[in-house]
Amino acid sequence: MRDVLEKFSETIRQAAAEHTQLRIRGSGSKDFYGLALIGDVLDTCTLTGIVDYEPTELVMTARAGTRLRDVEKTLADAGQMLAFEPPHFGPEATLGGCIASGFSGPRRAAAGSARDFVLGVRMINGIGEALHFGGQVMKNVAGYDLSRLMTGSFGTLGLITEISLKVLPQPEQELTLRFELDETQAIASMNAWAAKPLPVSATCHHERALHVRLAGAAVAVGAAHKKLGGETVPDGAQFWQSIREQSHPTFAHAPALWRFSIKPTSPPLGLGKQVMEWNGSLRWVAEDLDPSRAFAIAHRADGHATLFRGGNKRHGIQQFSAGLLAVHKKLKRAFDPHGILGFGRIHADF
Amino acid sequence: MGMPELLSSEMLQPQIAHAELVAQLTSVLPPASLLHEREDLKPFECDGMTAYQRLPLMVALPETEDQVREVLRICYRGRVPVVFRGAGTGLSGGALPYAYGLLLVMAKMKHIVHIDALARSARVQPGVRNAAISEATSPYGLYYAPDPSSQIACSIGGNVAENSGGVHCLKYGLTVHNILKLRFVTIQGELLEIGSDGLDAPGYDLLALITGSEGMLGVVTEITVKLLPKPEKAQVVLAAFDDIAKAAQAVADVIGAGIIPAGLEMMDKKATAAVEQFVHAGYPLDAAAILLCESDGTAEEVSDEIERIRQVMNTAGATEVRTSRDESERLKFWAGRKAAFPAVGRILPDYYCMDGTIPKKHLPYVLKRIDELSEQFHLQCANVFHAGDGNLHPLIMFDANEGNQNERAEAYGAAILELCVEVGGTITGEHGVGLEKINQMCVQFNTGELKAFHAVKAVFDEHGLLNPGKAVPTLQRCAEFGAMHVHRGQENFPELPRF
Repeated sequence: MRDVLEKFSETIRQAAAEHTQLRIRGSGSKDFYGLALIGDVLDTCTLTGIVDYEPTELVMTARAGTRLRDVEKTLADAGQMLAFEPPHFGPEATLGGCIASGFSGPRRAAAGSARDFVLGVRMINGIGEALHFGGQVMKNVAGYDLSRLMTGSFGTLGLITEISLKVLPQPEQELTLRFELDETQAIASMNAWAAKPLPVSATCHHERALHVRLAGAAVAVGAAHKKLGGETVPDGAQFWQSIREQSHPTFAHAPALWRFSIKPTSPPLGLGKQVMEWNGSLRWVAEDLDPSRAFAIAHRADGHATLFRGGNKRHGIQQFSAGLLAVHKKLKRAFDPHGILGFGRIHADF
Repeated sequence: MGMPELLSSEMLQPQIAHAELVAQLTSVLPPASLLHEREDLKPFECDGMTAYQRLPLMVALPETEDQVREVLRICYRGRVPVVFRGAGTGLSGGALPYAYGLLLVMAKMKHIVHIDALARSARVQPGVRNAAISEATSPYGLYYAPDPSSQIACSIGGNVAENSGGVHCLKYGLTVHNILKLRFVTIQGELLEIGSDGLDAPGYDLLALITGSEGMLGVVTEITVKLLPKPEKAQVVLAAFDDIAKAAQAVADVIGAGIIPAGLEMMDKKATAAVEQFVHAGYPLDAAAILLCESDGTAEEVSDEIERIRQVMNTAGATEVRTSRDESERLKFWAGRKAAFPAVGRILPDYYCMDGTIPKKHLPYVLKRIDELSEQFHLQCANVFHAGDGNLHPLIMFDANEGNQNERAEAYGAAILELCVEVGGTITGEHGVGLEKINQMCVQFNTGELKAFHAVKAVFDEHGLLNPGKAVPTLQRCAEFGAMHVHRGQENFPELPRF
């Protein structure tokens, strides 16, 4: 393994010296996201293996190329899970891609995001240096939180080679309920329930249906079902998977997919076909919106919008204030001074 | 106690005359908000790490974000170093003033700006006390979860700077997991809005970068915190063990049973004895270790979980298992643990509270080594442990007036921190590096990593004016410390780990 890592360092050093672009890639399951995919591929697929896993420590450490399905199977065999319920978006999705993209699934609002569960990373920066930030313990405030900064950085700050993650027990029971509510009613209900001690692990509103997933001890789930009512959904797991993986028809047939991350109590956006999650904090709009309009609407809703899939990426996929753009450019240079790792993936200027 | 001294390479001097600085700052601050007479500076000479004391050149107490920005612009132009301070409860010297700089105190910015009960968030100024947030949101059935032990006094701005935890962070996370947005001002006086009212923000995770950055990158002028529904019920189990290893195993068993308790704390025999004398909570004095394991949630969740916790404790060989019967008994069970530090302070005039994190499985080994080190340094140490997440607080007891106990306590503490790193842990779980652990940063990180930290710092503060000499050591310091370290002899300290 040391040889493999040394070879990665060497490849990066050479690219830095020659100013050639490199594109870090696992299985390419997140290739649809972002702007330019330029440069020679730096393939992480052979960097596999669960390095350390102790269920009673609630920590797993695995190499970046380890398939996400293998990570999840190993955890499931011990009755544990990645609580942020990451989407795979491809059968060979890697753990490295999962963390580099930082995407979280339906359970995020209740349990936390990908970044919340990252404890440490080993990485190689843009000049080929091997670095280790964080560790294998949750409570660790030594130095700046660079392992969490790497989460969601899309390979633009360095090559992640190994990740330590906090893991949690699987819930004893899950139950999905369905309520017939319009968007305004759904927003009010989701937020009202989120303010009560109820074991809700996911919410999703689409057209006139609000789906709610209860999770926890059987007695708790039963008691919550009694309190909330609603119709039980027999194939709940399948429904949530279709939302997580975006195989649900609304996503699958979308001309473009915009991701609005906004204040959960924001009134309906009125932009067309939509799937709403995370108590209203996450609204997927399956329409080919005018980017400046989308960015403006998100800003008014105290959040931001991302052109997630398809559409016209000419004006970028996300909007940054001048001050934040300057910080991003400088941070990029701090880790990748020659700008050879995924330059322009998130924004044309870094 | 020997404060890590500034190296000559770390000295920064303002490029503006004292009188001119006073005039400029006075012009942007309300009356009586700039202190520069010695007797007025004295109350600010230290934070919760009282062994380290230093007077700043002057102290500013702004009341608004605009005043903060103006003050920092003046300091940037005049190359005046700046140290930030919240409530001054920090335990690592993070708010210790810089002798040639300004101490910028945020305590007057203490308003709760807005509570949005339906969206479950609150906008608060940095000087608001941690506990004051939950007090204000209680009428809505909501609370702010991170509960550092100093919560009745510590400020939320300080919590963000240190990424504070507390007993309940095993289940509810650290500060970084419980905030949505920051208004952040850089040394140049620029305002950045970090995060959003949604659950994420575009680009890099700057919220995670800034949380826990110990005042090195800028200052927070407003925080939007997440609020959670107050649990319907909470109950705690107290379990006594005749052997530390059994107690450590019980902790593993709780997690192994798929339980994530709201709190899971351990106290060793010395800590229990100290606490019982002080608080009379009824703790079993013959136990080698006691565990406090709390469950919170709906009434059904709690009764189910408490029953499972009891089973685990009994199966693990607890000599005694008690369950709190009502809220006042629950608080009584906790009273001892919460009073651990002052209780220990009654035994000897001084104590040195350490803060390291280790993988839980190494607890028996680490405690054994701490005992051995106790013999070596001829000082007593009581241990309190956030068992659920491996965060250890050894309390080294000593008398600063007796011989060289000061130096021995410090050396004992340094040895414990290095022991934490040796077993794959970290030198600080929640108190921060500050000044106290700056030398140990040279043990935990290599040159490339420290350079990465410096490069990140330079993005925000290229002149190094913010909190100089804290949190992240210079390479010069590590070179000097490394040489000193080897010189002391390998037989006194564990092998330096290789990275």
